Amino acid sequence: MSTVAAGFERARGIVPRPRGVWGFVLRRVLLGLLTLFLVSIVVFAATQTLPGDAARAFLGRNATPESLATLRKQLHLNEPVVSQYLHWLGGIFRGDLGNSLTGSQQPVTSVIGARIENSGVLMLIAAVISVPLSIALGAIAARRRDGVFDHTTSIVLLALAALPEFVTAILLVVLLGTSLFHFLPPVSLIPPGGHPWNYPKELVLPVIALVFAVTPYIARIMRASMIEVLESDYVEMARLKGLREQTVLWRHALPNGIAPAIQVIALNLAYLAGGIVVVEFVFAYPGIGRAFVGAVHNRDLPTVQALGILIAAAYVFLNVAADVATILVSPRLRTSLK
Amino acid sequence: MSGVAAAAAPLALPKRRRPIVVLLRRAWRLPRTKVGVLLMLLLVGTALIGPFFAPHDPAAFANIPYGKPGGSTPLGTDALGRDVLSRFLWGGRSILGLSTAATAIGLVLGVSIGLVSAYSRGLLDDVLMRIMDVILAFPSIVLALVAVSTVGPKLWLIVLVVGLTTMPRVARVTRGASAEIVERDFVQAAEALGEPRAKLLLGEILPNITSPLMVEASLRLTYAIGLIASLSFLGFGEQPPAADWGLMINENQQGLTIQPWGVLMPVIAIALLTIGTSLIGDGLSRASAGIDRTGGE
Repeated sequence: MSTVAAGFERARGIVPRPRGVWGFVLRRVLLGLLTLFLVSIVVFAATQTLPGDAARAFLGRNATPESLATLRKQLHLNEPVVSQYLHWLGGIFRGDLGNSLTGSQQPVTSVIGARIENSGVLMLIAAVISVPLSIALGAIAARRRDGVFDHTTSIVLLALAALPEFVTAILLVVLLGTSLFHFLPPVSLIPPGGHPWNYPKELVLPVIALVFAVTPYIARIMRASMIEVLESDYVEMARLKGLREQTVLWRHALPNGIAPAIQVIALNLAYLAGGIVVVEFVFAYPGIGRAFVGAVHNRDLPTVQALGILIAAAYVFLNVAADVATILVSPRLRTSLK
Repeated sequence: MSGVAAAAAPLALPKRRRPIVVLLRRAWRLPRTKVGVLLMLLLVGTALIGPFFAPHDPAAFANIPYGKPGGSTPLGTDALGRDVLSRFLWGGRSILGLSTAATAIGLVLGVSIGLVSAYSRGLLDDVLMRIMDVILAFPSIVLALVAVSTVGPKLWLIVLVVGLTTMPRVARVTRGASAEIVERDFVQAAEALGEPRAKLLLGEILPNITSPLMVEASLRLTYAIGLIASLSFLGFGEQPPAADWGLMINENQQGLTIQPWGVLMPVIAIALLTIGTSLIGDGLSRASAGIDRTGGE
């Protein structure tokens, strides 16, 4: 963030620099848009200019000169690279992401449409559970620093952070879905047209897997931040006033401890966007991530591009939101911008 | 350096060790580092020596599919009737080899970019760091999958992409750590002597940032193992009939209720491996934080 600010600092002589908090928000949003633009170039370049073109990749061994020519025309592969890119980018703004290459060749937007809800619900529930949980874990660990709770959570969280999501997910299936206990479905089959909230049992395991993936990082930064706050003068003051320790911890220390953690919280929520790729695959959950893996298997390029840019956009958006939220909740940073 | 220290000994100067030695010694004192090293030795040992003890050819059919443990197949057979134990013993090599290679690529690229960035400052620094930011704007698995969709599931591609997504984090750490070093007098002295740029970066600056790089390297290795295992679990790493831990889990997940060992063994192995490297990383970073606080031994 600081290097970004420095870059703008340098441009100040040329462009009038919007000041204050809203100036910062504006600049951060513009930078987010610039990043998205660069991300779109990377997605496009990765799928278009690597060895072998998209038509050949999709058709594979079944390629005939005729089918290659038809598909190349359909994908606009005969046009210059720049105009291909502009066509694709324009399509994103028009809500036209091209047609899927597989099956009935339906528009990519309709493939995505139904699945966005499924993935969104999954990520939302995971976020709603993991954020308060990790904040509480971090705060309690800081309060009982070097105690049994602190040491136990530290080791458990370290291990959870190290495990790849699919390993956590499979261990959960083994523990709760198949071998030891049988009370949860090992795969989350939600019929097309069904809403995920009507299938709460199917949601439990994928949600736990995602919660385990992001909680350790937030809890660790929360612990570090709370330790600093708990050693500060105003917490000492609150204690000397004779307030109950619980009140001091949750009402006085916690709000100030959260500010430095917001960046990490948002980064990890953004991480959920990547995490769903693997977790949905493990549970055969019909969401964006599962569709993405399927499209990569089929080399269905328009779908891969669309889902790639969608997941990356969610990631960039949450990162921008993190910076803005941090600035809004920390008075010290806010005044330094004035 | 040890030669210098020995020559200085008669003067009764405090014995000075390389920072990296201090770091490793301090890290080793922490129990978690020892556990981590033990786990890693166990898993690396399994992957390297394991194949010599495999009772069957990992690709050969030993019994009926999902056969129960017993007889010549101590852990039963997999979805196609191949010996689970043999495939497990053979399956660690690729994941270790690929993730080590990817980490090495990421380290070399990241350190080079970080050093050049910190030393040159100005426009080049800005441009390099913005490029790193763009790579970080992706979840790495998405970048890897986008690349795989065009080129296909090639091992060199996986290594390259994982290396490329490792690079920005290493570059940031390197740049951060060397930003203060490039200001020091000995760097200016070397500049004045007309030392070539490459020698200056690698000979003068790099030796001073080995501690943060060690910590970062172990973190990145954990990350690379996780990412490469995930990719091969998704079916984009080693291709059948190869024996590979990630792929084994994918192949045998359907039969989890009938014959869990084909999934459990590789899952436990990957879990212990990543926990091991991450314990080492945690030990190193705790030791290095301690060194920063006390200003060396």
